[in-house]
Amino acid sequence: MTEIVNDQITKLNLCESCAKEKGSDVEQHFGIADLLAALSDVETASPHTAGLPPSKNKCAHCGMGYEDFKKIGRLGCSECYITFKATLTPLLKRIHGSPQHLGKSPNPEHLKEQKISSRFLEELEAAKDELQKAVKKEEFEVAASLRDKIKFLEKKVKEAKGHAS
Amino acid sequence: MTKIDHLLKHTCEWLKGTGPNSDIVMSSRVRLARNLEKQPFSHWATKKQEKEVLEALEPAVLNCDAMSGSFLVPMGEADDVDKQFLLERHLISREHIVHPEHKSVVVGEREVSSVMLNEEDHVRIQVMQSGFNLQECWRIANRLDDSLHKKVKFAFAPEWGYLTACPTNTGTGLRASVMLHLPALVMTKQITRVLQAITKLGMTARGLYGEGTEAEGNFFQISNQVTLGSSEEDITDNLERIIRQVIGHEENARKTLMKQNRDILHDKIWRANGTLRSAHIINTTEMLGLLSMVRLGVDMGVINDIDRRAVNELFILTQPAHLQKIEGKVLNTAQRDIKRANLIRRRLEGR
Repeated sequence: MTEIVNDQITKLNLCESCAKEKGSDVEQHFGIADLLAALSDVETASPHTAGLPPSKNKCAHCGMGYEDFKKIGRLGCSECYITFKATLTPLLKRIHGSPQHLGKSPNPEHLKEQKISSRFLEELEAAKDELQKAVKKEEFEVAASLRDKIKFLEKKVKEAKGHAS
Repeated sequence: MTKIDHLLKHTCEWLKGTGPNSDIVMSSRVRLARNLEKQPFSHWATKKQEKEVLEALEPAVLNCDAMSGSFLVPMGEADDVDKQFLLERHLISREHIVHPEHKSVVVGEREVSSVMLNEEDHVRIQVMQSGFNLQECWRIANRLDDSLHKKVKFAFAPEWGYLTACPTNTGTGLRASVMLHLPALVMTKQITRVLQAITKLGMTARGLYGEGTEAEGNFFQISNQVTLGSSEEDITDNLERIIRQVIGHEENARKTLMKQNRDILHDKIWRANGTLRSAHIINTTEMLGLLSMVRLGVDMGVINDIDRRAVNELFILTQPAHLQKIEGKVLNTAQRDIKRANLIRRRLEGR
């Protein structure tokens, strides 16, 4: 087994079970934290957070700083989700492909609103695609009516999200 | 005799070898991650805060309807063999062993449900079933989660769902997984292709003991990765659809092997059977490979004098902590290899 520590290459001769133990250690070091840091780094340079003073990047409830999160790969408490919202939203989208919960809720009303919002979102995406096609084909009448539809759907999505939060 | 010792007398529900597609699917599992509102997550909490979380959650879990007949194991009080024993039975994670202080597990009746407290998240509900039965796992886990909701307040945001320590679990907090026995796909060298396709579809494949373990004994655990943006039903349904495809591929590979390489297949199965019935010293890795062949022989009707449940049980009973529990004393590796071979010979002879 070859291990690289502080740029030094070390060769280790391990029996299978020791190698396995060692292997899980190595995995711990190159774990989720590194990957999340890589994903969230892009976001820290984004306009969402670039101008924020350091104090804004610390959770008032548990004291976790954004740098801590990047290092550990885990948040400090549920309030961190509010503190780091600007950077977490794109991060969650990168990880899951969607930043909107559509599953179980302690309050069944939420679920109804989520589903409505999600349906409008889908329609909105479809309308945007159609608009692009219509513009390409220079079908301006179709494009105009699609623009109205998009405005209407954007309003509906906003309303549904407003109810849910 | 402790409550943990009592577990030895029974077969875990998920090892029974029954349920849909149990010739290929060993077990199905659903886990839900939950956290108490505003309490720091376990890794970031002080000892005092960790204790507070345990004091709030232990009675809540023990007294909820869905966990009647359960018992509590405080990890800090369990000895090394007991901890390893619980891990081998898939009741706790490695993380629960590494830092046992202020952690506990509540084990439900017949080991169908278990709840780890103060793991990466405050609450990790787990439900296991034998065979291909994800919907039933989800139904049981959901009921248990509902009854916990009545007793404690979980961290939740309408936009992001259940809030977890790691953002990779946020949303439903649901990880559904299925343990598959895929010897024919391995033998026909199709497994890499199948696993690559699974990964492209947003699923993960791991070994018998989860994260970081190898696929020993031709066992593969396949689970969903994405937890946000889909409902629990859609997540389990998607996984089920993919697993059904994998099952189909394994079935075809088994048929092809039987048709085109019948003698080689029979030779592998009967040699494995012969070795296991004759060996006096055997380590876990060798055993897992041979036992996998015997299980394949049983599932394909080549071996008829052993039942699937007996083979399934051997996968767990021969693990290090189980052997030590059975013997009632601490055994070193060499002693375990002898006891393991003994146990296998006796079990395969139906004694």
